[in-house]
Amino acid sequence: MRIESLLEHVQSRYADAVVGVAPEVRGDAAVVVKRAALRTFLAAVKSDPELDLNILMDLTALDYLHWEEKEDRFEVVYNLFSLSKNHRLFVKVRVPESDPAVDSAVPVWPAADWYEREVWDMFGIRFTGHPGLKRILMYEGFQGHPLRKDYPYNKRQPIIGPVN
Amino acid sequence: MGKVAEGQVSVEKFSFMTTTLNDAIGWARKYSIFQYPFVTACCGMEYMSTACSHYDVDRFGAGFPRFSPRQSDVLFVVGTISHKMAPVLKTIYEQMCEPKWVVAFGVCTCTGGFYDNYATVMGIDTIIPVDVYIPGCPPRPENVLDGLMKLQDKIQRQKQAF
Repeated sequence: MRIESLLEHVQSRYADAVVGVAPEVRGDAAVVVKRAALRTFLAAVKSDPELDLNILMDLTALDYLHWEEKEDRFEVVYNLFSLSKNHRLFVKVRVPESDPAVDSAVPVWPAADWYEREVWDMFGIRFTGHPGLKRILMYEGFQGHPLRKDYPYNKRQPIIGPVN
Repeated sequence: MGKVAEGQVSVEKFSFMTTTLNDAIGWARKYSIFQYPFVTACCGMEYMSTACSHYDVDRFGAGFPRFSPRQSDVLFVVGTISHKMAPVLKTIYEQMCEPKWVVAFGVCTCTGGFYDNYATVMGIDTIIPVDVYIPGCPPRPENVLDGLMKLQDKIQRQKQAF
């Protein structure tokens, strides 16, 4: 589906979930979705026969700490792809700093499991409904979330294991 | 005594030599270094280059890597050590039998190098004692051999425990 018709379809069919259209991501469509409607939106675009977005290619987050024009500090990005239609849709959700949590996408795509653990590990965004949300790259006992912009780059962590 | 050509000395005059037990053990130890290569990162390529035939680390009696800490004398820590790897390194060090030595190979193991970040240990001497530091990113094989010779010198001079 071409990008214009894809966006038109998404906006008209899911008007109650979509907040607006985001700038294109290297030639692919991107939409911003309400946080409360996220999981139903993801499940709907997966089963929608016209979109058929059947693969979650990536799930990541951004920290807009020093961007004054951004109301919410974080943004979680879902990179969805359709194998049958060969089109892509980026779904963005804005997450405020005061309550950094979104619904887990694991019930829709089991592949979201480790991505969400990584986002939790690096950005400290919780995914409610995740089957086992624990750190994936850093170890238990690591203090803070290192990819947050206010994490001091040269902060020293306590050394773990039999050392101490 | 057999006939000896003019200007030469019979070997029988040197059929024994005196030394101290300490020196003799040091001499034996410094030429039979069984190393444990704890290779975690890109310095490993330079380690392999040093260990293979071109630079031939076997000239120094250190050509026999043992992949069991129980059988090795020198722990070569080659490459960046992350916080997650630190307990493993410490365990390996503690599994080695005395006498044992540690070589920090490359600038990451010496000081953390340019990895001034959340994941990297700022020098392995924050975890285990180090005998020889070989800086460089990565160190050239000549540099490594120089470090090895310094380690041999250290082994020779130290008071041998046995």
